[in-house]
Amino acid sequence: MTQIISDKTAIAGIGLVGFSADSGKSELRLACECIQQALDDAGLSVRDVDGLIHETADSSDEYNVISAMGIENLNYFSESRWGSGASCAFVMHAAAAVATGVANTVVCYRAVNGASGRRFAGPTNQGPFGYSSYTLTLSQLAFYPPFGLATQDGWVAMTIKRYMHEFGVSEDAFGSISVVCRENAARNPNALYTDQPITIQDYQSSEFVVEPLRTLDICSSVDGAVAMIVTSAERARQLKQKPAHILAAAQGSAADGELLSSFNRPSLSGLAEMNYMGRDLFQMAQVSRKDIDVVQLDDSYAPFVPMQLEELGFCDRGDGASFCANGDRIGMAGELPLNTSGGSLGEGNMFGMNHIAEAVRQIRGTSASQVKNANLVLVASGAGGPASGLILRG
Amino acid sequence: MTIRNVLEETIPRPVLWPVSYDSASEFWEGAKRHELIFQKCKECGKWLHLPRPMCPACNSTEIEWVQSSGKGSVFSHVTYHQSADPAYKAPYAVVLVELEEGMRLVSNMTDCLPIEIEIGMPVEVVFDDIAEDLTLPRFKKVG
Repeated sequence: MTQIISDKTAIAGIGLVGFSADSGKSELRLACECIQQALDDAGLSVRDVDGLIHETADSSDEYNVISAMGIENLNYFSESRWGSGASCAFVMHAAAAVATGVANTVVCYRAVNGASGRRFAGPTNQGPFGYSSYTLTLSQLAFYPPFGLATQDGWVAMTIKRYMHEFGVSEDAFGSISVVCRENAARNPNALYTDQPITIQDYQSSEFVVEPLRTLDICSSVDGAVAMIVTSAERARQLKQKPAHILAAAQGSAADGELLSSFNRPSLSGLAEMNYMGRDLFQMAQVSRKDIDVVQLDDSYAPFVPMQLEELGFCDRGDGASFCANGDRIGMAGELPLNTSGGSLGEGNMFGMNHIAEAVRQIRGTSASQVKNANLVLVASGAGGPASGLILRG
Repeated sequence: MTIRNVLEETIPRPVLWPVSYDSASEFWEGAKRHELIFQKCKECGKWLHLPRPMCPACNSTEIEWVQSSGKGSVFSHVTYHQSADPAYKAPYAVVLVELEEGMRLVSNMTDCLPIEIEIGMPVEVVFDDIAEDLTLPRFKKVG
Protein backbone atom coordinates (compact mmCIF):
# COMPACT_ATOMS: atom_id res chain seq x y z
CA MET A 1 0.00 0.00 0.00
CA THR A 2 1.43 3.26 -1.13
CA GLN A 3 2.00 6.00 1.42
CA ILE A 4 2.22 8.66 -1.28
CA ILE A 5 -1.08 10.36 -0.45
CA SER A 6 -0.95 9.95 3.34
CA ASP A 7 -1.02 13.31 5.12
CA LYS A 8 -0.19 15.27 1.94
CA THR A 9 -3.67 16.69 1.50
CA ALA A 10 -6.50 18.06 3.60
CA ILE A 11 -10.18 18.94 3.53
CA ALA A 12 -10.09 22.73 3.67
CA GLY A 13 -13.76 23.59 3.32
CA ILE A 14 -17.19 22.06 3.74
CA GLY A 15 -20.60 23.17 2.49
CA LEU A 16 -23.95 21.74 3.43
CA VAL A 17 -27.51 22.52 2.41
CA GLY A 18 -29.40 21.10 5.36
CA PHE A 19 -31.66 18.16 5.20
CA SER A 20 -35.40 18.21 4.68
CA ALA A 21 -38.26 16.25 3.17
CA ASP A 22 -38.61 18.79 0.38
CA SER A 23 -35.88 21.25 -0.55
CA GLY A 24 -38.05 23.09 -3.06
CA LYS A 25 -34.93 23.47 -5.21
CA SER A 26 -33.46 21.62 -8.17
CA GLU A 27 -30.58 19.24 -7.54
CA LEU A 28 -28.31 21.46 -9.65
CA ARG A 29 -29.18 24.48 -7.53
CA LEU A 30 -28.45 22.47 -4.38
CA ALA A 31 -25.09 21.44 -5.88
CA CYS A 32 -24.12 25.02 -6.73
CA GLU A 33 -25.19 26.35 -3.33
CA CYS A 34 -23.26 23.79 -1.34
CA ILE A 35 -20.14 24.13 -3.51
CA GLN A 36 -20.27 27.91 -3.05
CA GLN A 37 -20.65 27.43 0.70
CA ALA A 38 -17.66 25.07 0.80
CA LEU A 39 -15.53 27.59 -1.12
CA ASP A 40 -16.61 30.44 1.20
CA ASP A 41 -15.86 28.21 4.19
CA ALA A 42 -12.31 27.61 2.92
CA GLY A 43 -11.75 31.22 1.86
CA LEU A 44 -11.50 30.28 -1.82
CA SER A 45 -13.41 31.35 -4.90
CA VAL A 46 -14.89 29.60 -7.94
CA ARG A 47 -11.79 30.68 -9.89
CA ASP A 48 -9.62 28.46 -7.68
CA VAL A 49 -11.49 25.26 -8.58
CA ASP A 50 -9.60 23.03 -11.01
CA GLY A 51 -11.12 19.65 -10.14
CA LEU A 52 -14.62 18.24 -9.69
CA ILE A 53 -15.72 14.76 -8.66
CA HIS A 54 -19.27 13.50 -8.30
CA GLU A 55 -21.39 10.35 -8.02
CA THR A 56 -22.06 8.53 -11.27
CA ALA A 57 -25.85 8.41 -10.82
CA ASP A 58 -26.37 12.02 -9.70
CA SER A 59 -28.08 14.48 -12.02
CA SER A 60 -25.64 17.38 -11.54
CA ASP A 61 -22.55 16.35 -13.46
CA GLU A 62 -19.41 18.45 -13.93
CA TYR A 63 -20.68 20.05 -17.13
CA ASN A 64 -23.89 21.20 -15.46
CA VAL A 65 -21.89 22.64 -12.58
CA ILE A 66 -19.18 24.40 -14.60
CA SER A 67 -21.82 26.01 -16.78
CA ALA A 68 -23.87 27.17 -13.81
CA MET A 69 -20.92 28.41 -11.73
CA GLY A 70 -18.73 29.82 -14.50
CA ILE A 71 -15.74 27.54 -14.07
CA GLU A 72 -13.50 28.09 -17.12
CA ASN A 73 -11.24 25.05 -17.11
CA LEU A 74 -10.84 21.87 -15.07
CA ASN A 75 -7.57 19.93 -14.91
CA TYR A 76 -9.31 16.99 -13.32
CA PHE A 77 -12.88 15.71 -13.43
CA SER A 78 -14.03 12.28 -12.46
CA GLU A 79 -16.76 10.29 -10.84
CA SER A 80 -17.16 7.45 -8.40
CA ARG A 81 -20.04 4.96 -8.16
CA TRP A 82 -21.95 2.75 -5.75
CA GLY A 83 -24.06 5.11 -3.70
CA SER A 84 -22.72 5.60 -0.20
CA GLY A 85 -19.67 3.55 -1.17
CA ALA A 86 -18.66 6.48 -3.36
CA SER A 87 -18.42 9.14 -0.66
CA CYS A 88 -15.03 8.57 0.95
CA ALA A 89 -13.82 7.40 -2.47
CA PHE A 90 -14.39 10.93 -3.82
CA VAL A 91 -11.99 12.23 -1.21
CA MET A 92 -9.48 9.48 -1.93
CA HIS A 93 -9.52 10.24 -5.65
CA ALA A 94 -9.28 13.97 -4.97
CA ALA A 95 -6.38 13.44 -2.56
CA ALA A 96 -4.58 11.31 -5.14
CA ALA A 97 -5.07 13.99 -7.80
CA VAL A 98 -3.76 16.74 -5.50
CA ALA A 99 -0.88 14.70 -4.04
CA THR A 100 0.38 13.85 -7.53
CA GLY A 101 0.04 17.41 -8.83
CA VAL A 102 -2.75 16.74 -11.31
CA ALA A 103 -4.97 19.33 -9.61
CA ASN A 104 -4.77 21.88 -6.80
CA THR A 105 -8.33 22.42 -5.62
CA VAL A 106 -10.78 19.55 -6.07
CA VAL A 107 -14.44 19.82 -5.12
CA CYS A 108 -16.30 16.64 -4.10
CA TYR A 109 -20.08 17.00 -4.04
CA ARG A 110 -23.44 15.27 -3.92
CA ALA A 111 -26.76 17.03 -4.29
CA VAL A 112 -29.85 14.86 -4.15
CA ASN A 113 -33.59 15.33 -3.70
CA GLY A 114 -33.81 11.85 -2.23
CA ALA A 115 -37.11 12.45 -0.44
CA SER A 116 -39.10 14.66 -2.80
CA GLY A 117 -37.58 13.34 -6.02
CA ARG A 118 -35.91 10.14 -7.06
CA ARG A 119 -35.33 7.58 -4.30
CA PHE A 120 -32.38 5.28 -4.60
CA ALA A 121 -33.46 2.71 -2.03
CA GLY A 122 -36.78 1.53 -3.38
CA PRO A 123 -39.05 1.22 -6.33
CA THR A 124 -38.96 4.22 -8.61
CA ASN A 125 -40.61 5.08 -11.87
CA GLN A 126 -37.41 4.60 -13.81
CA GLY A 127 -36.03 1.50 -15.42
CA PRO A 128 -37.68 -1.84 -16.10
CA PHE A 129 -40.58 -2.91 -13.86
CA GLY A 130 -40.66 0.43 -12.14
CA TYR A 131 -37.22 -0.11 -10.66
CA SER A 132 -34.26 2.15 -11.06
CA SER A 133 -31.92 0.50 -13.48
CA TYR A 134 -29.09 2.13 -11.60
CA THR A 135 -29.83 0.64 -8.20
CA LEU A 136 -30.54 -2.88 -9.43
CA THR A 137 -28.04 -4.97 -11.31
CA LEU A 138 -29.29 -7.34 -13.99
CA SER A 139 -28.83 -10.34 -11.73
CA GLN A 140 -30.87 -8.63 -9.05
CA LEU A 141 -33.63 -8.03 -11.59
CA ALA A 142 -33.45 -11.60 -12.87
CA PHE A 143 -33.44 -13.67 -9.71
CA TYR A 144 -34.99 -11.78 -6.77
CA PRO A 145 -38.12 -9.79 -7.77
CA PRO A 146 -40.15 -12.81 -8.98
CA PHE A 147 -40.10 -14.13 -5.42
CA GLY A 148 -41.07 -10.79 -3.89
CA LEU A 149 -37.53 -9.86 -2.77
CA ALA A 150 -37.95 -6.60 -4.56
CA THR A 151 -36.34 -3.91 -2.40
CA GLN A 152 -32.99 -3.01 -0.86
CA ASP A 153 -34.59 -3.33 2.57
CA GLY A 154 -35.35 -6.96 1.77
CA TRP A 155 -31.83 -7.77 0.63
CA VAL A 156 -30.33 -6.19 3.72
CA ALA A 157 -32.84 -7.98 5.99
CA MET A 158 -31.72 -11.31 4.48
CA THR A 159 -28.12 -10.58 5.50
CA ILE A 160 -29.07 -9.28 8.95
CA LYS A 161 -31.22 -12.34 9.70
CA ARG A 162 -28.25 -14.60 9.00
CA TYR A 163 -25.94 -12.39 11.09
CA MET A 164 -28.37 -12.56 14.03
CA HIS A 165 -28.64 -16.33 13.68
CA GLU A 166 -24.90 -16.96 13.57
CA PHE A 167 -24.05 -14.79 16.53
CA GLY A 168 -27.19 -15.22 18.63
CA VAL A 169 -28.14 -11.55 18.36
CA SER A 170 -31.59 -10.68 19.71
CA GLU A 171 -34.36 -8.79 17.91
CA ASP A 172 -33.91 -5.57 19.86
CA ALA A 173 -30.10 -5.52 19.89
CA PHE A 174 -29.84 -2.78 17.28
CA GLY A 175 -32.17 -0.31 19.00
CA SER A 176 -29.45 1.51 20.91
CA ILE A 177 -27.81 2.53 17.61
CA SER A 178 -30.93 4.33 16.41
CA VAL A 179 -31.37 5.91 19.86
CA VAL A 180 -27.78 7.25 19.90
CA CYS A 181 -28.02 8.59 16.33
CA ARG A 182 -31.33 10.33 17.06
CA GLU A 183 -29.91 11.83 20.29
CA ASN A 184 -27.04 13.31 18.30
CA ALA A 185 -29.37 14.47 15.53
CA ALA A 186 -31.57 16.20 18.10
CA ARG A 187 -28.70 18.63 18.84
CA ASN A 188 -27.92 19.22 15.15
CA PRO A 189 -29.81 22.18 13.62
CA ASN A 190 -29.28 20.84 10.07
CA ALA A 191 -30.71 17.41 10.78
CA LEU A 192 -33.97 15.98 9.50
CA TYR A 193 -34.76 15.05 13.11
CA THR A 194 -33.58 18.13 15.02
CA ASP A 195 -35.09 18.09 18.54
CA GLN A 196 -36.73 14.70 17.93
CA PRO A 197 -34.92 12.09 20.02
CA ILE A 198 -36.39 8.60 20.41
CA THR A 199 -36.40 6.09 23.26
CA ILE A 200 -35.66 2.39 23.16
CA GLN A 201 -39.41 1.85 23.65
CA ASP A 202 -40.08 3.85 20.48
CA TYR A 203 -37.68 1.54 18.68
CA GLN A 204 -39.23 -1.62 20.08
CA SER A 205 -42.72 -0.52 19.11
CA SER A 206 -41.77 0.61 15.60
CA GLU A 207 -43.19 -1.59 12.86
CA PHE A 208 -41.37 -4.23 10.93
CA VAL A 209 -40.76 -3.23 7.33
CA VAL A 210 -39.03 -6.43 6.31
CA GLU A 211 -38.52 -8.58 9.39
CA PRO A 212 -36.05 -8.47 11.11
CA LEU A 213 -35.69 -4.79 10.05
CA ARG A 214 -37.92 -2.23 11.76
CA THR A 215 -38.82 1.26 10.56
CA LEU A 216 -36.33 2.73 13.03
CA ASP A 217 -33.51 0.50 11.74
CA ILE A 218 -33.69 2.17 8.34
CA CYS A 219 -32.39 5.63 7.44
CA SER A 220 -34.63 8.37 6.11
CA SER A 221 -34.31 9.67 2.57
CA VAL A 222 -33.81 13.43 2.49
CA ASP A 223 -33.28 16.35 0.16
CA GLY A 224 -29.98 18.12 0.61
CA ALA A 225 -26.41 18.55 -0.52
CA VAL A 226 -22.85 18.35 0.80
CA ALA A 227 -19.61 19.52 -0.77
CA MET A 228 -16.01 19.52 0.37
CA ILE A 229 -12.78 21.05 -0.88
CA VAL A 230 -9.62 18.96 -1.05
CA THR A 231 -6.31 20.73 -1.49
CA SER A 232 -2.69 20.23 -0.42
CA ALA A 233 -2.01 20.15 3.32
CA GLU A 234 0.49 22.97 2.93
CA ARG A 235 -2.03 25.23 1.19
CA ALA A 236 -4.85 24.25 3.55
CA ARG A 237 -2.81 25.53 6.48
CA GLN A 238 -2.81 29.01 4.89
CA LEU A 239 -6.58 29.06 4.37
CA LYS A 240 -9.43 30.11 6.67
CA GLN A 241 -10.15 26.89 8.56
CA LYS A 242 -8.20 24.41 10.61
CA PRO A 243 -7.34 21.68 8.05
CA ALA A 244 -8.66 18.14 8.38
CA HIS A 245 -5.61 16.24 7.13
CA ILE A 246 -6.33 13.15 5.04
CA LEU A 247 -4.14 10.71 6.91
CA ALA A 248 -5.55 7.72 5.07
CA ALA A 249 -8.08 7.01 2.35
CA ALA A 250 -9.04 3.66 0.85
CA GLN A 251 -11.60 1.76 -1.18
CA GLY A 252 -12.56 -1.90 -0.80
CA SER A 253 -14.19 -4.49 -3.03
CA ALA A 254 -14.58 -8.25 -2.71
CA ALA A 255 -15.36 -11.22 -4.93
CA ASP A 256 -18.89 -12.43 -5.67
CA GLY A 257 -20.22 -9.05 -4.71
CA GLU A 258 -23.45 -7.24 -5.41
CA LEU A 259 -24.73 -4.02 -3.92
CA LEU A 260 -26.39 -5.24 -0.69
CA SER A 261 -27.19 -8.76 -1.94
CA SER A 262 -23.97 -10.79 -1.98
CA PHE A 263 -25.88 -13.95 -1.09
CA ASN A 264 -23.44 -16.37 -2.69
CA ARG A 265 -20.37 -15.47 -0.68
CA PRO A 266 -19.08 -18.10 1.74
CA SER A 267 -20.14 -15.85 4.65
CA LEU A 268 -23.32 -13.77 4.68
CA SER A 269 -22.67 -12.44 8.17
CA GLY A 270 -19.92 -9.95 7.39
CA LEU A 271 -18.98 -7.00 5.17
CA ALA A 272 -16.00 -8.28 3.20
CA GLU A 273 -15.38 -5.01 1.35
CA MET A 274 -15.29 -3.10 4.63
CA ASN A 275 -12.73 -5.54 5.99
CA TYR A 276 -10.32 -5.00 3.08
CA MET A 277 -10.90 -1.25 3.16
CA GLY A 278 -10.27 -1.04 6.92
CA ARG A 279 -7.07 -3.07 6.70
CA ASP A 280 -5.68 -0.70 4.06
CA LEU A 281 -6.88 2.36 5.95
CA PHE A 282 -5.08 1.51 9.19
CA GLN A 283 -1.98 0.39 7.34
CA MET A 284 -1.80 3.73 5.56
CA ALA A 285 -2.57 5.79 8.65
CA GLN A 286 -0.10 3.95 10.89
CA VAL A 287 -2.37 4.40 13.90
CA SER A 288 -4.16 1.83 16.04
CA ARG A 289 -7.87 1.38 16.68
CA LYS A 290 -7.42 2.77 20.19
CA ASP A 291 -6.12 6.05 18.75
CA ILE A 292 -9.42 6.80 16.98
CA ASP A 293 -11.41 9.45 18.88
CA VAL A 294 -14.71 9.41 16.95
CA VAL A 295 -16.23 7.20 14.23
CA GLN A 296 -18.73 8.14 11.52
CA LEU A 297 -19.99 4.79 10.22
CA ASP A 298 -22.51 3.84 7.55
CA ASP A 299 -25.84 3.68 9.37
CA SER A 300 -28.10 3.49 6.33
CA TYR A 301 -29.26 0.38 8.21
CA ALA A 302 -28.59 0.32 11.96
CA PRO A 303 -27.47 -3.34 12.04
CA PHE A 304 -24.60 -2.47 9.68
CA VAL A 305 -22.96 -0.56 12.56
CA PRO A 306 -21.99 -3.59 14.68
CA MET A 307 -20.89 -5.42 11.54
CA GLN A 308 -18.61 -2.49 10.65
CA LEU A 309 -17.16 -2.33 14.16
CA GLU A 310 -16.20 -5.98 13.69
CA GLU A 311 -14.81 -5.64 10.18
CA LEU A 312 -12.84 -2.50 11.03
CA GLY A 313 -11.29 -4.24 14.03
CA PHE A 314 -12.87 -2.26 16.87
CA CYS A 315 -14.19 -5.51 18.38
CA ASP A 316 -14.12 -9.25 17.74
CA ARG A 317 -16.37 -10.94 15.19
CA GLY A 318 -19.83 -11.42 16.63
CA ASP A 319 -19.27 -8.88 19.44
CA GLY A 320 -20.53 -5.82 17.55
CA ALA A 321 -24.05 -5.95 18.94
CA SER A 322 -22.89 -6.21 22.54
CA PHE A 323 -20.41 -3.35 21.86
CA CYS A 324 -23.42 -1.19 20.90
CA ALA A 325 -25.73 -2.45 23.67
CA ASN A 326 -27.26 0.31 25.82
CA GLY A 327 -25.34 2.88 23.79
CA ASP A 328 -22.84 3.38 26.60
CA ARG A 329 -19.73 2.82 24.50
CA ILE A 330 -20.97 4.52 21.31
CA GLY A 331 -22.72 7.48 22.97
CA MET A 332 -21.17 10.90 23.55
CA ALA A 333 -19.66 9.80 26.88
CA GLY A 334 -18.43 6.48 25.52
CA GLU A 335 -15.02 5.32 24.37
CA LEU A 336 -16.00 5.48 20.69
CA PRO A 337 -18.66 8.13 20.01
CA LEU A 338 -20.65 7.23 16.88
CA ASN A 339 -22.20 9.42 14.17
CA THR A 340 -22.12 12.65 16.13
CA SER A 341 -24.22 14.60 13.60
CA GLY A 342 -26.93 11.95 13.78
CA GLY A 343 -25.77 10.01 10.74
CA SER A 344 -28.13 8.68 8.12
CA LEU A 345 -30.61 7.56 10.79
CA GLY A 346 -30.92 10.99 12.38
CA GLU A 347 -29.38 13.72 10.24
CA GLY A 348 -30.62 12.16 7.01
CA ASN A 349 -29.31 9.88 4.30
CA MET A 350 -26.83 11.90 2.27
CA PHE A 351 -24.93 8.69 1.51
CA GLY A 352 -22.08 9.33 3.93
CA MET A 353 -21.19 12.79 2.60
CA ASN A 354 -22.72 14.22 5.78
CA HIS A 355 -20.56 11.82 7.81
CA ILE A 356 -17.40 13.26 6.20
CA ALA A 357 -18.56 16.84 6.84
CA GLU A 358 -19.17 15.92 10.49
CA ALA A 359 -15.71 14.35 10.77
CA VAL A 360 -14.26 17.68 9.60
CA ARG A 361 -16.34 19.59 12.19
CA GLN A 362 -15.11 17.27 14.94
CA ILE A 363 -11.52 18.06 13.99
CA ARG A 364 -12.28 21.79 13.91
CA GLY A 365 -14.08 21.57 17.25
CA THR A 366 -17.31 22.96 15.84
CA SER A 367 -19.74 20.01 16.06
CA ALA A 368 -23.09 20.38 17.79
CA SER A 369 -22.07 17.17 19.59
CA GLN A 370 -18.38 17.91 20.04
CA VAL A 371 -16.07 15.20 21.35
CA LYS A 372 -13.41 16.85 23.51
CA ASN A 373 -10.00 17.07 21.81
CA ALA A 374 -11.08 14.99 18.82
CA ASN A 375 -7.98 14.57 16.68
CA LEU A 376 -8.39 11.31 14.76
CA VAL A 377 -11.73 10.58 13.11
CA LEU A 378 -12.58 7.51 11.06
CA VAL A 379 -15.29 7.62 8.40
CA ALA A 380 -16.61 4.50 6.66
CA SER A 381 -19.12 4.46 3.84
CA GLY A 382 -20.69 1.78 1.69
CA ALA A 383 -21.65 -1.00 4.10
CA GLY A 384 -22.94 -4.06 2.26
CA GLY A 385 -21.30 -3.21 -1.03
CA PRO A 386 -18.28 -1.47 -2.49
CA ALA A 387 -16.82 0.45 0.46
CA SER A 388 -14.60 3.44 1.09
CA GLY A 389 -13.14 5.09 4.14
CA LEU A 390 -11.05 7.89 5.58
CA ILE A 391 -8.99 8.62 8.64
CA LEU A 392 -8.81 12.37 9.16
CA ARG A 393 -6.35 14.07 11.54
CA GLY A 394 -6.36 17.51 13.09
CA MET B 1 -59.76 -19.17 6.75
CA THR B 2 -58.02 -22.50 6.16
CA ILE B 3 -54.26 -22.90 6.11
CA ARG B 4 -54.46 -23.51 2.38
CA ASN B 5 -56.16 -20.16 1.84
CA VAL B 6 -53.67 -18.38 4.05
CA LEU B 7 -50.81 -19.86 2.06
CA GLU B 8 -52.37 -18.89 -1.22
CA GLU B 9 -52.69 -15.39 0.13
CA THR B 10 -49.14 -15.22 1.44
CA ILE B 11 -47.11 -16.75 -1.39
CA PRO B 12 -46.17 -13.87 -3.67
CA ARG B 13 -47.71 -14.00 -7.11
CA PRO B 14 -45.09 -12.35 -9.26
CA VAL B 15 -45.79 -9.31 -11.29
CA LEU B 16 -42.07 -8.67 -11.50
CA TRP B 17 -41.02 -10.98 -14.31
CA PRO B 18 -37.37 -12.02 -14.33
CA VAL B 19 -35.25 -9.96 -16.66
CA SER B 20 -33.28 -12.01 -19.15
CA TYR B 21 -29.61 -11.23 -19.37
CA ASP B 22 -26.73 -13.14 -20.89
CA SER B 23 -27.27 -16.73 -19.93
CA ALA B 24 -29.78 -16.24 -17.11
CA SER B 25 -32.60 -17.25 -19.45
CA GLU B 26 -31.24 -20.82 -19.42
CA PHE B 27 -32.20 -21.05 -15.75
CA TRP B 28 -35.81 -20.07 -16.49
CA GLU B 29 -36.01 -22.36 -19.53
CA GLY B 30 -34.89 -25.19 -17.24
CA ALA B 31 -37.54 -24.30 -14.67
CA LYS B 32 -40.21 -24.47 -17.38
CA ARG B 33 -39.08 -28.07 -18.01
CA HIS B 34 -39.20 -28.62 -14.20
CA GLU B 35 -35.43 -28.87 -13.98
CA LEU B 36 -33.43 -26.80 -11.50
CA ILE B 37 -30.26 -26.11 -13.47
CA PHE B 38 -27.17 -24.05 -12.72
CA GLN B 39 -23.92 -23.26 -14.42
CA LYS B 40 -20.98 -25.55 -13.65
CA CYS B 41 -17.38 -25.16 -14.75
CA LYS B 42 -16.29 -28.01 -17.03
CA GLU B 43 -12.64 -27.44 -16.10
CA CYS B 44 -12.68 -27.31 -12.30
CA GLY B 45 -16.19 -28.44 -11.44
CA LYS B 46 -17.21 -25.31 -9.52
CA TRP B 47 -20.97 -24.60 -9.41
CA LEU B 48 -21.76 -21.00 -10.35
CA HIS B 49 -24.64 -18.86 -9.26
CA LEU B 50 -25.37 -16.16 -10.37
CA PRO B 51 -24.71 -16.93 -14.05
CA ARG B 52 -21.52 -15.51 -15.58
CA PRO B 53 -19.39 -15.96 -18.68
CA MET B 54 -16.22 -17.15 -16.90
CA CYS B 55 -15.41 -19.39 -13.96
CA PRO B 56 -13.99 -17.15 -11.20
CA ALA B 57 -12.04 -20.06 -9.70
CA CYS B 58 -10.04 -21.12 -12.79
CA ASN B 59 -10.96 -18.51 -15.45
CA SER B 60 -12.23 -21.12 -17.84
CA THR B 61 -15.00 -20.15 -20.25
CA GLU B 62 -16.01 -23.80 -20.65
CA ILE B 63 -19.23 -23.69 -18.69
CA GLU B 64 -22.20 -26.06 -18.89
CA TRP B 65 -25.69 -26.16 -17.38
CA VAL B 66 -26.18 -29.04 -14.95
CA GLN B 67 -29.18 -30.15 -12.91
CA SER B 68 -29.09 -29.67 -9.14
CA SER B 69 -30.53 -32.26 -6.76
CA GLY B 70 -32.99 -29.57 -5.71
CA LYS B 71 -32.37 -30.46 -2.07
CA GLY B 72 -31.00 -28.08 0.50
CA SER B 73 -31.81 -26.11 3.61
CA VAL B 74 -32.98 -22.64 4.56
CA PHE B 75 -29.89 -20.41 4.96
CA SER B 76 -31.77 -17.19 5.79
CA HIS B 77 -35.26 -15.76 5.48
CA VAL B 78 -37.19 -12.52 5.76
CA THR B 79 -40.82 -11.51 6.09
CA TYR B 80 -42.18 -8.52 4.24
CA HIS B 81 -44.67 -6.77 6.54
CA GLN B 82 -45.11 -3.89 4.15
CA SER B 83 -45.63 -4.78 0.55
CA ALA B 84 -42.99 -3.69 -1.95
CA ASP B 85 -45.56 -3.69 -4.73
CA PRO B 86 -49.38 -3.87 -4.75
CA ALA B 87 -49.19 -7.34 -6.32
CA TYR B 88 -47.45 -8.77 -3.27
CA LYS B 89 -49.73 -9.14 -0.31
CA ALA B 90 -47.93 -8.65 3.01
CA PRO B 91 -47.08 -10.44 5.16
CA TYR B 92 -45.14 -12.84 2.97
CA ALA B 93 -41.82 -14.63 3.39
CA VAL B 94 -38.80 -14.94 1.14
CA VAL B 95 -36.21 -17.64 1.79
CA LEU B 96 -32.59 -18.02 0.79
CA VAL B 97 -32.05 -21.73 0.18
CA GLU B 98 -28.57 -23.23 0.28
CA LEU B 99 -28.58 -26.19 -2.07
CA GLU B 100 -26.55 -29.35 -1.42
CA GLU B 101 -24.14 -28.25 -4.13
CA GLY B 102 -23.49 -24.95 -2.31
CA MET B 103 -25.37 -22.42 -4.44
CA ARG B 104 -27.84 -20.15 -2.68
CA LEU B 105 -31.15 -19.38 -4.36
CA VAL B 106 -33.77 -16.77 -3.44
CA SER B 107 -37.23 -18.36 -3.38
CA ASN B 108 -40.42 -18.94 -1.36
CA MET B 109 -41.82 -21.80 0.71
CA THR B 110 -45.04 -23.34 -0.58
CA ASP B 111 -46.15 -25.26 2.49
CA CYS B 112 -45.47 -23.18 5.55
CA LEU B 113 -46.39 -19.80 6.96
CA PRO B 114 -43.74 -17.12 7.50
CA ILE B 115 -43.71 -17.83 11.24
CA GLU B 116 -42.96 -21.54 10.66
CA ILE B 117 -39.79 -20.97 8.65
CA GLU B 118 -36.52 -21.66 10.44
CA ILE B 119 -32.88 -21.43 9.42
CA GLY B 120 -31.49 -24.91 8.84
CA MET B 121 -34.84 -26.41 7.87
CA PRO B 122 -34.36 -29.11 5.16
CA VAL B 123 -36.24 -28.32 1.95
CA GLU B 124 -36.61 -29.51 -1.62
CA VAL B 125 -37.65 -27.86 -4.84
CA VAL B 126 -41.17 -27.87 -6.26
CA PHE B 127 -42.07 -26.24 -9.56
CA ASP B 128 -44.83 -23.68 -9.57
CA ASP B 129 -46.18 -23.07 -13.08
CA ILE B 130 -47.56 -19.64 -12.51
CA ALA B 131 -48.03 -18.69 -16.17
CA GLU B 132 -47.59 -20.26 -19.56
CA ASP B 133 -44.16 -18.74 -19.93
CA LEU B 134 -42.99 -18.70 -16.32
CA THR B 135 -42.32 -21.45 -13.79
CA LEU B 136 -40.88 -20.55 -10.41
CA PRO B 137 -38.72 -23.02 -8.49
CA ARG B 138 -40.14 -22.88 -4.98
CA PHE B 139 -39.54 -25.13 -1.98
CA LYS B 140 -41.34 -27.45 0.43
CA LYS B 141 -40.33 -28.92 3.77
CA VAL B 142 -38.66 -32.34 3.82
CA GLY B 143 -39.40 -34.92 6.51
